[in-house]
Amino acid sequence: MSLLEIRDLRVEYTTSRGTVAAVQDFSLDIAPGESFGLVGESGCGKSTLILAIMGYMGRNGAVTKGEILFEGRNLVRAGREELRRIRGARMAIVYQEPATALNPSMTIGQQLIEVPMAHGEATAADARLRAVRVLADVHLPDPDSVMRRYPHQLSGGQKQRVVIAMALLANPALLLLDEPTTGLDVTVEAAVLDLLNELRAKYGTALFYISHNLGVIAQVCERIGVMYAGKLVEEASAEALFALPRHPYTRGLLASLPRPGADKRTAPLVPIPGVVPAAGRAPPTCGFLSRCAHGERGKCDASVVPLLRAAPAHVVRCVRWAELPAMPPAAPPALANAPTDVGATVMEAHDLTRVFSVGRRKLIANDHLTLAAQRGRVLAIVGESGSGKSTFAKVLAGLDAASSGSLVVLGEDVARRPVRRRAAKLVAAVQMVFQQPEGTLNPSHPVGWPLARSLRKFGIARDRRTVDAKVAALLEMVRLPASLRHALPRQLSGGQKQRIAIARAFAGNPELLIADEPVSALDVSVRAAVINLLLRIQQESRTTLVFISHDLGLVRYLADDVVVMYLGQVMEAGPVAALFDPPYHPYTEALLSAAPVPDPTVKTTRIRLEGEIPSPLNVPQGCRFATRCPRKLGRVCDDTPPPLREATADHIIHCHIPIEDLRAVPPVFARAVATAH
Amino acid sequence: MTRYILRRSLEMLATLIVASFLVFVVCEFSPGNVARKTLGAFALQEQVDLLYKKLHLNDPLLVRYVRWVGVLTGLQADPLQDPALGLDFKDPRGKQYFGNFGYSTLFKAPVNDVLWDRLGKTALLAGLAFAVIVPLSLILGVLAGMRAGSVLDRSLSTLSIVMTSIPEFALGVLLVAVFVVALGWLPGTSPMVGNTGWSTASQLVLPVAVLAIYDSGYVARMVRTSMAEVMQKPYVRTAVLKGLPRRQVILRHALRNAMIAPFTVLLLQINWLISGVVVTELVFAYPGFGRMLLEASLFGDVSLIEAATLVALFVATATQLLSDVGYRLLDPQARR
Repeated sequence: MSLLEIRDLRVEYTTSRGTVAAVQDFSLDIAPGESFGLVGESGCGKSTLILAIMGYMGRNGAVTKGEILFEGRNLVRAGREELRRIRGARMAIVYQEPATALNPSMTIGQQLIEVPMAHGEATAADARLRAVRVLADVHLPDPDSVMRRYPHQLSGGQKQRVVIAMALLANPALLLLDEPTTGLDVTVEAAVLDLLNELRAKYGTALFYISHNLGVIAQVCERIGVMYAGKLVEEASAEALFALPRHPYTRGLLASLPRPGADKRTAPLVPIPGVVPAAGRAPPTCGFLSRCAHGERGKCDASVVPLLRAAPAHVVRCVRWAELPAMPPAAPPALANAPTDVGATVMEAHDLTRVFSVGRRKLIANDHLTLAAQRGRVLAIVGESGSGKSTFAKVLAGLDAASSGSLVVLGEDVARRPVRRRAAKLVAAVQMVFQQPEGTLNPSHPVGWPLARSLRKFGIARDRRTVDAKVAALLEMVRLPASLRHALPRQLSGGQKQRIAIARAFAGNPELLIADEPVSALDVSVRAAVINLLLRIQQESRTTLVFISHDLGLVRYLADDVVVMYLGQVMEAGPVAALFDPPYHPYTEALLSAAPVPDPTVKTTRIRLEGEIPSPLNVPQGCRFATRCPRKLGRVCDDTPPPLREATADHIIHCHIPIEDLRAVPPVFARAVATAH
Repeated sequence: MTRYILRRSLEMLATLIVASFLVFVVCEFSPGNVARKTLGAFALQEQVDLLYKKLHLNDPLLVRYVRWVGVLTGLQADPLQDPALGLDFKDPRGKQYFGNFGYSTLFKAPVNDVLWDRLGKTALLAGLAFAVIVPLSLILGVLAGMRAGSVLDRSLSTLSIVMTSIPEFALGVLLVAVFVVALGWLPGTSPMVGNTGWSTASQLVLPVAVLAIYDSGYVARMVRTSMAEVMQKPYVRTAVLKGLPRRQVILRHALRNAMIAPFTVLLLQINWLISGVVVTELVFAYPGFGRMLLEASLFGDVSLIEAATLVALFVATATQLLSDVGYRLLDPQARR
């Protein structure tokens, strides 16, 4: 018998513009102990769905059709007290942002203890014992001290462990997970996913995991559903879904992600055209039709498409599913095949250091950074939060000044020259694209305004007609219609806003473009298009791109050179091909092994880092990575800064371990893919 | 925490010293010289000139300020009490003692005799009003903010707006019309003396009611906004989806966080109740602190103005300190 059975569910929201159906025609079964993953982008209705299961939809939301059977009880008709008894006891939820999910003015202990007590299971003393035990189960060191702490005294990863512990306290039959690792570092994410797998084995809890990240879902779930515009469009076992995706949207999603080992020259990303429709705005027939490469008028929009059975345990909501495998998606033209030659050095940092004063203590954000970027190449900087990569970007862009060291850009030392002291020509030559496109556009100016302003400021165009012509050209360059220049930022989608940000950065013909996580705030299906666009413009204009990211799959795909940073220092640097195969720096190895791969057939070795990245207020004396290094040699790592070792002329590793030993390390990705075919 | 309180107290002392200088400057430099203000409008010019000389009013400002502080702290005798001046200013406490604020020319008595009596009366009024304002505004605000947009919220919010938008004097007159003129249950004035035929308690009812009604509406609005905001927070959702009873969600999870923002506003009301309720005191002829300050200012009673302003400043800084300390107790993130 199913643990959770959803039949023909419809959830509607009443807004000022009328009724919006956030979830439609939704059916699903989850067996006891099973792990089910639901993939979808923002606005597809997946969060609404799990809140509906919990009976928490706010004042304007309601289930208008269908039923949700949980352990045989229909939750749609359950009374308030009946729901209360189920919530937290039989069914619990882990939230996307652990920082806001915990009450800031109560200790962890108070917040944990009240769960078993609310369900009448325990006395205060028993509840406390139980809470301490579960905190130990989620591998929090020193549970007793954690009990006494307030949420703000814990790191993000620790808070998420607390939230998981809170959900598991009453030993629920079903655990709902709403993007539980979004916003966490890859290494922390990997540890949380391991924990979920471990706890599922231990407690036998069924998981209902929702995420936009196929890689994460692939690691945790046995069965996967894909949701688009409020409807389930495909459902199958994890293996079947990744091996043979049936729905054009699923196929599009997978094609738009970098595959392990692929790069921009061999396997370009295939973007899905268009944008994700707003909740309830998709047509009732096939919601994906407007973006589908295989859509056929008259066939796809004739009637409401039901879920069709393509294989015994594989359903798909597409009338043309049977014809599709023969139609490969149209691949965009690959980028120029010749690897970009090593040109003149555009940017060179030498012993660049940025120290902040926090009271009497010193926060070391960048510590003697030495790195360089060549003309026309893409230099990726990777590292966890706190590694100092964003501080470096700020110094480079002139938003901050270094404490010491040099940073030569186009022959000028700009280490201590913030943007107001830079000549207009230099400002135009060094531009930046930010992570949040929302925050970079003035909401009260039409989007053409910043473009025109940049053109005038940088002296590219002066009179009105030239400016207008150039603005039109910039919009054309980022593939936006010219009419959009009069639109306000709020009328644009996230992807369109980021295109405007890219157009603005390219207005002054920059020599060097810094992109700080430019696509991480965008929907998965539009990321590939923005990445392709950025790379095409970069290559055509031979601009040097400094790409800051935590997404190693993406870095593997687009970078020419990579720098791996940890606690303000360079751990490893070299050409992209060299970096993703041994010899690795142990930190690089850990990062690679933590990165979720959207393919269950690729087996990665599991290297998990202990603890959290140390505070930059109190950095380790020897090797910065020594406190967490799984390959630590001994005292020498703690006491002595590691030597620079050259694997090849342009591939350097800062580590005490000899290169020969590092070379002998087995690769992180076992190429199971190659042997399977 | 102890260190924090100590540091803030020292800061408060520094603020008071600087403020006392400013108060002194403003009082002594207001139109008309101090000697003239002391002697009154009908004194002869010779007398004024004599006092001017005796008080060394020609000295630089800083010297006079130091002298004034000297009198205040008891290091120096009050020059006005010198019998040679013929002013007949007598203070039973003597000429030289700590806390000597001088002599009130309006009330013809030492400032200390006038000030503390009035402050005590106002403190009684303010205390009673505050004891009503806190629970009333919290109940109104929390009930309204608990379910933002509900019928209950809209009714209570409308009530709060109505309560706070009727001016104090209008409300005073309205209450007098009902309870004094029509029903005859309560006295129309509150001089706080025994011979009116009304008990002191009955004299306090109407002034307290005016203050409480007027102010609770305002504070309730603040509490409602904060409560409504907290109810939208993810941690309240967490509490609900943990399966806690609604009562516990409100009392344990929402209330304390909802109190953080209005707490400062609430304490600022003490400040206003002590020195800002002139209108209510006038309407009910209540012998309070605010009214005294107004009368002293109109009369030009320099010593009394200086003393009263200093007391008001002390109340203001003390409530500020209290609210900062309370804020830290309520919000663990503010503690470090």
